[in-house]
Amino acid sequence: MEKGKGVMGAGRRWAVDFSDNSTAPSSRDIPDPPGFTRASVDQDDSAVSRQKKDAEANWKSQKAWEVAQAPFKNLLMMGFMMWMAGSTVHLFSIGITFSALWQPISALQGVGKVFEPYKDNKVDLLGPKLLFIALNLGGLALGVWKLNTLGLLPTHASDWVSSLSPAQEVEYSGGGIPL
Amino acid sequence: MAIRSFFLFILFFSSSLSPVFSLYEDQVGLMDWHQQYIGKVKQAVFSSQRAGRKRVVVSTEENVIASLDLRHGEIFWRHLLGADDVIDGIDIGLGKYVITLSSGGSILRSWNLPDGQMVWESSLQGPKHSKSFLLVPTNLKFDKDNVLVVFSNGRLHAISCIDGEVLWKKDFEAESFEVQQVILPPGSDLIHVVGFAAFSQFEMYQINAKNGELLKHESASFSSGFLGQVSLVSTETVVALDSTGSILLTISFQDGKISSQQTPISNLVEDSLGPAVIIPSSVSGIFAIKTDAVTIFIRVIGKGNLEVVEKTTHEIAVSDALSISEDQQAFALIQHASSEIHLTVKLAHDWDGNLLKESVKMDRQRGLVHKVFINNYIRTDRSYGFRVLIVMEDHSLLLLQQGEIVWSREDGLASIIDVTTSELPVERDGVSVAKVEHNLFEWLKGHMLKLKGTLMLASPEDMAAIQSMRLKSSEKSKMTRDHNGFRKLLIVLTRAGKLFALHTGDGRIVWSYLLRSLHKSEACQSPIGLNLYQWQVPHHHAMDENPSVLVVSRCGPSSDTSGVLSFVDTYTGKELSSLSLDHAVVQVIPLPYTDSTEQRLHLLIDADKHAHLYPKTSGALSIFKREFSNIYWYSVEDQNGIIKGHALKCKCTGEVADEFCFDTRDLWSVVFPSESEKTIATVTRKLNEVVHTQAKVVADEDVMYKYISRNLLFVATVAPKGSGEIGSVTPEESWLVAYLIDTVTGRILHRVTHHGSQGPVHAVFSENWVVYHYFNLRAHRYEMSVIEIYDQSRADNKDVWKLVLGKHNLTSPISLFSRPEVITKSQSYFFTHSLKAIAVTSTAKGITSKQLLLGTIGDQVLALDKRFLDPRRTVNPTQAEKEEGIIPLTDSLPIIPQSYVTHALRVEGLRGIITVPAKLESTTLVFAHGVDLFFTQLAPSRTYDSLTEDFSYALLLITIVALVAAIFVTWRLSERKELQEKWR
Repeated sequence: MEKGKGVMGAGRRWAVDFSDNSTAPSSRDIPDPPGFTRASVDQDDSAVSRQKKDAEANWKSQKAWEVAQAPFKNLLMMGFMMWMAGSTVHLFSIGITFSALWQPISALQGVGKVFEPYKDNKVDLLGPKLLFIALNLGGLALGVWKLNTLGLLPTHASDWVSSLSPAQEVEYSGGGIPL
Repeated sequence: MAIRSFFLFILFFSSSLSPVFSLYEDQVGLMDWHQQYIGKVKQAVFSSQRAGRKRVVVSTEENVIASLDLRHGEIFWRHLLGADDVIDGIDIGLGKYVITLSSGGSILRSWNLPDGQMVWESSLQGPKHSKSFLLVPTNLKFDKDNVLVVFSNGRLHAISCIDGEVLWKKDFEAESFEVQQVILPPGSDLIHVVGFAAFSQFEMYQINAKNGELLKHESASFSSGFLGQVSLVSTETVVALDSTGSILLTISFQDGKISSQQTPISNLVEDSLGPAVIIPSSVSGIFAIKTDAVTIFIRVIGKGNLEVVEKTTHEIAVSDALSISEDQQAFALIQHASSEIHLTVKLAHDWDGNLLKESVKMDRQRGLVHKVFINNYIRTDRSYGFRVLIVMEDHSLLLLQQGEIVWSREDGLASIIDVTTSELPVERDGVSVAKVEHNLFEWLKGHMLKLKGTLMLASPEDMAAIQSMRLKSSEKSKMTRDHNGFRKLLIVLTRAGKLFALHTGDGRIVWSYLLRSLHKSEACQSPIGLNLYQWQVPHHHAMDENPSVLVVSRCGPSSDTSGVLSFVDTYTGKELSSLSLDHAVVQVIPLPYTDSTEQRLHLLIDADKHAHLYPKTSGALSIFKREFSNIYWYSVEDQNGIIKGHALKCKCTGEVADEFCFDTRDLWSVVFPSESEKTIATVTRKLNEVVHTQAKVVADEDVMYKYISRNLLFVATVAPKGSGEIGSVTPEESWLVAYLIDTVTGRILHRVTHHGSQGPVHAVFSENWVVYHYFNLRAHRYEMSVIEIYDQSRADNKDVWKLVLGKHNLTSPISLFSRPEVITKSQSYFFTHSLKAIAVTSTAKGITSKQLLLGTIGDQVLALDKRFLDPRRTVNPTQAEKEEGIIPLTDSLPIIPQSYVTHALRVEGLRGIITVPAKLESTTLVFAHGVDLFFTQLAPSRTYDSLTEDFSYALLLITIVALVAAIFVTWRLSERKELQEKWR
């Protein structure tokens, strides 16, 4: 990330631009030194910069893939935590489960932001993004599964009938032992 | 993380605490109250002790002997003898022992007068049953030993007053001899036993009091026979009536010779009066006879000459004689005059002179004077003063002295027949505020005290003041409805025919009303109150009407006498109307329908099985017509062992057209074989019980559907041989059968036999379960069983999607004629106590878990969680079952001392427990009545929906203030720091 920032070169107070390839001497205050031909340097420079740009793109896509794979580690850790929490409902297990649900959801919301630094015309971000989304969905599924093992999902009949009022009876009968 | 684990710890800690429902010492009396009564006084003896506190010893119809403070009417001590240990006589011996004769004259006990400890007890047996008499002569001595003379069970006993030893006894074995009087003249050694034999024979035995030797036996024959009692006019003369009730016989047996004289009543009184009865009195020389209209006092002059001294048409009551000096006897006479009573004290030999004449204003709601007891005291000027104890028609006890009521006791509340509740009026604006402003200073002082208490600065006196303030909180005894529904009126009907309204806050009597319809009248000879029903409970439509109750009573003890209905307003205690019915009332069936003014429809069944609809309005009739074909009724004939079901047929085909009367037809009958089964108990669900849900979630998220029906009847039968006392049969010849019967169709849903078990059975029915208590002869222990009934035909409703979308028919109305498929689960447990009553808590919505309330033989109320009586208990419950709250199975039910609802108190003579839901779902109101009354609030699952009374609001307030302050301070600090950062 540090390197990437350097390449970006934003927020500097001053800078010398060595790759100035404008040919018109009038644009400069200082004339070119004798024996310096701008054209040849320009040619050389363009080759170098192309090379550089390719490297950067490569590097960006590599990074993007890395970022996309990051939730996997998270997933493993979450799984371990859940296993530690056990399957009874108490504060700890509920906290774990809800953080396991919340992390993927917040990550999915910020998918665009995560991959913004690697945005490039030459870099194809679709693959990493899909992987990232898939892994987070996996995390979400893990959270839901945990919720279910805790018995907090209304998937049983008992969850829907527990407040079902008794059926009315059509007939009515009273009486008993004579007074 | 640290915080999480801390919370976890707290959670674990709080969940591991088992629910304990006990009270702290300072909470006693906050929500409960207890009142002690003794019942209608039968006999009163004044303690003649010169020194010490003045007291009166009484025996009552509730079989209580009690010593009362004569100054304030408080109870010094009290003993309740058993229900079958009826007190026949009491007296005071040697000035320090209370002697009681009970159980038909077979048990004689002596109690220490100051503290009520029992000194001795003797059992007196005899050849045959007879009247019993207890005589405590003051000067009859036997080796320095004071002697009691007791006639009981056909045998005369002389008993030592010191240790209860029988000194001698004498049998009266003559087959037909019926003792009428046992006479012991003062200062003499002779005992006279007089009685009738063979209808027309008068017998007199003279017995030596020293050794029981028979000295003389005389008899005389009277061809006309005798009627009723004899009255003793002197130590040697009795007066009796002949069998026609029109001739007075004066029989004297001076010196062992019987002589008699006959005087027709018509000779004494000109106009004919009809048959008369003798009022027993012990005033010498005077007796009274009473006919329907008049009471006549007659004096005996010389040898059998009679003279009428007074004839009165007023209701009159006479006391026994009180000897005030050697040869003077005084007695008290009470006469009624509209709103006053006139008390006169006369000397026995001087009818026309009055020792005392007073008029006392008397509350009309107390009715007539039933009994008078007189006592004298010596005034400072050495003259005689008199005080009288009177027993009124409503069973209350009053002490009159110097023309005033010194104290009164509402002892009618000792014999409650039925209880119902009523809401209080809704609070009007501005009532409570004015009250608070009025006592602003008091209010401030109270809060200062409370603050001191919270900050632990209060001295012991302050603590006592705080405690008494808590107990006397005006909040709980207000006469308006409260938000939580804790304040209600308990409407109770007593055996005396009086209605009382008790406030649930402090148990005070708000109003009382002696039912006019329960007065004796021409049409209604011996009216008795039967039951109370809620007649009108306005809550939606008729908000400005007052609620009212229906009192059903009957004109006589047999079931075919005509009934009387009274409607009483529960706010004012006034009788709205009263109906004398032309038919009998055998059953009253409150129907689950109300008319436009919120009057509940009631169906009254008469002796001919006609059904009468009340109220008799066209609106009620149209509602009834709509539901006509769905209304059934059943009758339990426990003598024949038959349960019959009936349906309504058509209008009555009587001579009088009555569109509110309906004929009925028999539908079904369940006949128990009379040689093997006898019905001893029937129980149904309470009509007003609310059930929250029909599903029961069991372990592993499985569902069982409860079989909830209003029309289920639990019947317990025992072998006819085993219907007697416990232990009277061997286990082989005794069994108990429990049935669950559908009362619409007569279908027996469940039947279970407990071999070797015996009654009495106490049972309670709620939701889909019934719990019953009986005796197991094989194990020699009491047992409690539970039967839960589940609907198997609904068990297939397990498709989640159908339930989510509501595509099921679980809540649609069902008919009982569709055959239900039920399964039952049951289990039995041993239980230590025998029971007097059993009830179950009821809450407003039926969500809160239930507790059984058991009235134990020790007159206490024990709360037992229903979870202990769960047929799904097993010895080793699985983890899932444990999570569900199933307790591992044990063979007996635990008795946790803290779960006694009545804590340290006893509800003497406990007869019934009533539970009423409060508006707050967690709380139920419990009223236990017997000779004593007890009321409390219960929260079976603790008060989960409100803060407890000891919740520290101060702490909460302090915490909030501290938090706000902390937020403010940290905010300021962070701002400052940010500013410094920016300047750097």
